[in-house]
Amino acid sequence: MSETRYTDQHEWVRIDGDQATVGITKYAAEQLGDVVFVEVPETGRKIGAGGEAAVVESVKAASEVYAPIGGEVTAGNEALTADPAKVNADPEGEGWFFKLKIADKGELAKLMTQTQYDAFVKGL
Amino acid sequence: MTDSALRKTPLHALHLELGGKMVPFAGYEMPVQYPAGVLKEHLHTREKAGLFDVSHMGQAFLSQGGALERVTPADVKGLKEGMQRYGLLLNDEGTIKDDFMFSHLAGESDLYLVVNAGTKEGDFAYIAEKLKGAATLTPRPDRALLALQGPMAGAVLERHSPGIDKLTFMKVVRATIAGAPAIVSRSGYTGEDGFEISIEAKDAERVARALLGEPEVLPTGLGARDSLRLEAGLCLYSHDIDETTEPVEANLVWSIGKRRKMDKDFPAAEKIMDRVLNGTARKRVGIRTEGKAPARDGTEIADKSGRIIGQITSGGFGPSLGAPVAMGYVESAFAGDGSEIDLIVRGKPMPARVAPMPFVPHRYKRAT
Repeated sequence: MSETRYTDQHEWVRIDGDQATVGITKYAAEQLGDVVFVEVPETGRKIGAGGEAAVVESVKAASEVYAPIGGEVTAGNEALTADPAKVNADPEGEGWFFKLKIADKGELAKLMTQTQYDAFVKGL
Repeated sequence: MTDSALRKTPLHALHLELGGKMVPFAGYEMPVQYPAGVLKEHLHTREKAGLFDVSHMGQAFLSQGGALERVTPADVKGLKEGMQRYGLLLNDEGTIKDDFMFSHLAGESDLYLVVNAGTKEGDFAYIAEKLKGAATLTPRPDRALLALQGPMAGAVLERHSPGIDKLTFMKVVRATIAGAPAIVSRSGYTGEDGFEISIEAKDAERVARALLGEPEVLPTGLGARDSLRLEAGLCLYSHDIDETTEPVEANLVWSIGKRRKMDKDFPAAEKIMDRVLNGTARKRVGIRTEGKAPARDGTEIADKSGRIIGQITSGGFGPSLGAPVAMGYVESAFAGDGSEIDLIVRGKPMPARVAPMPFVPHRYKRAT
């Protein structure tokens, strides 16, 4: 069974065993507007929690995607590089950015649940 | 600045009704985009027509318009009736205080001016001071300004003002648009054919609704306005030109009147004419990258050995090109089209070339 957690930087992370899939939330995609460029991390790269992992740029602005938890990159979503608009079309599905092998599951405790994240976004 | 301190244009309520995403810009709360989004608004303007609220810009009338030549190298006195022209407002050092449009309406002695939003108070104070005793400047904050841009703009406006489509590029008339008295020029800042329509604030919403009621017209925000003008190679004041840039290095010598060059009677004329003859250390150029990553304002430009030779002043993604596009300043030795350069994006050199502007050809409705 998978579970999804959220950061205050508007990343989501879906946990399946020791694998994590990371993307940006629907709210983040809407705020960015039309995404025109995505850079995903290369496989094998080790990233700490909160480290810069990917880049997403809309017509309006560039922004970083941070790793919600630390780990080793097992895949970058190359389909986004070819078709960045997928981020807007399906941010929490096909628009995932990268997958990690989780280093320390204890870090998940610091992240928000969906209920907490929804309340956080409502307060913005 | 807090949101409550932001000013609103006469179309503010309409922007909210249309779902505009409001952001602070030049002291105003303005729509950066509507629900269609920047990409669609941009492409729609190039294909059909977009309506922009540019009421935040500064409008004014100037009695004895010829006196304006004290602060601009443009040929003001030679501007024929019914014509509009682009000019630079220069300070005493010959750097660019603003860029603006001026119009000589048929049968009227006052010159009609439109200056940038972020600089209008300063411009108006400067012009009034420099022209004291010679001319009177009357700012018109009671007027709104709309821009209708795109290849179908002429057909659309014709329905609301029969005969208006006969105007050609840079011509200006008083006309009636949807029943409202207006000053209409065939101009704009997107590289497309189109109009700028100055109306009284009280008529603004009615006129905007009439134009938005046409099937070709989409409300278009500041985001698309910026990407359209960048593809058209047009300068954005405070990014591509400002009080640290001179007309020659900004490649705006064409805006200096021939008579003015001969007479050398504008601010810092000796210095500027020396630059015309002997060149400048740097030049404003267009830049295309080989990769897909946009290079934003402030990105450093390096030569192939890694030495910094300039900076991007406007950069982003060009929706009509489907590729990144930028302009900036480089050392003059690198200003030739095709010069190979690197843009330093996130610490890494990204190969790029100096490229001719406009990136998307202008499609003005010229007289001939």
